[in-house]
Amino acid sequence: MANWIPLWVHKLSSPPNFYRFAGTLRPWALGLALLLGAIALYGGLVLAPADYQQGDAYRIIFIHVPCAWMGLFVYGVMAIASFISLVWRIKLAEVVAMESAPIGAAFTFITLCTGSLWGKPMWGTWWTWDARLTSELVLLFLYLGVIGLYHSFEDRRQGARAAAFLAIIGIINVPIVHFSVNWWNTLHQGSTVRLLGPSKMSGDMLWPLLTMMAATKFYYIASLFGRVRTDLLSLESGKDWVRQIAEAQGHAAAKQEGRR
Amino acid sequence: MSAFSWDSFIAMGGYAAYVWPAYAVFFIVLIADYVSPTLRRRRDLRELRARMARQSARQQRPPSAS
Repeated sequence: MANWIPLWVHKLSSPPNFYRFAGTLRPWALGLALLLGAIALYGGLVLAPADYQQGDAYRIIFIHVPCAWMGLFVYGVMAIASFISLVWRIKLAEVVAMESAPIGAAFTFITLCTGSLWGKPMWGTWWTWDARLTSELVLLFLYLGVIGLYHSFEDRRQGARAAAFLAIIGIINVPIVHFSVNWWNTLHQGSTVRLLGPSKMSGDMLWPLLTMMAATKFYYIASLFGRVRTDLLSLESGKDWVRQIAEAQGHAAAKQEGRR
Repeated sequence: MSAFSWDSFIAMGGYAAYVWPAYAVFFIVLIADYVSPTLRRRRDLRELRARMARQSARQQRPPSAS
């Protein structure tokens, strides 16, 4: 490995170390996700006032927009991890890339479903082929393509390499999704929240949205770490550290059986 | 702000048929996403234990028995 990479990164990326690290962090990430999610839901569904134009239907925004952001964010992580896995052949990067795909697909699927449920009462249609909706659908297909390609090879590492290429090529779609509402005349509304400059949203609606955004980030960490742990165990199933875990869990299960 | 009432909360200003299914999709998909690797992991470990048991049984058997 390149010697400019700090030693602790090198150590952490060894499967047994990352397995332990992820196991320690995961409950905290899930706890934070649930706590922030509950606060955001209370703020969004109860405290925030109804919209003057859309009534209570706009409340779908508190899950629709955070999930849409996560769909793009997870794609970015997947593409970067894919790149690292192709260049340096780090097993952990490969696992992170391949296990990010189902999570990103889940977020994108939620975005499309909730958008459809929001579009029906507001636009009068479940679906329309405008730039934002179409590029978001392409995003879902890219995720499904990465998952499918990964599983279509007999050798998993070979599958991961092919899928990593697709993930990197597909990154072109991410800015298209993001800027589609500016580049084309779409039925979909423009962005309400801006990183730079003032948002076009009142504070009592904005804070639940941003809190949910944080909650979905922590959820991603929790879900990814669980998936990576599972994958590391099965990829390294011949190694001693995995055998020890299997034995320890077998003893725990046997003890529980005995108590019953 | 008016006092909180469950009925009006559930009604969502007439948009209950759109708002609640959206939240249901959100929770169902994320719960499925979270649970599936846990189940896969349990199955993998069970299979590994079975393989280890077969291996140790083969090793313990005296060579003359075969």
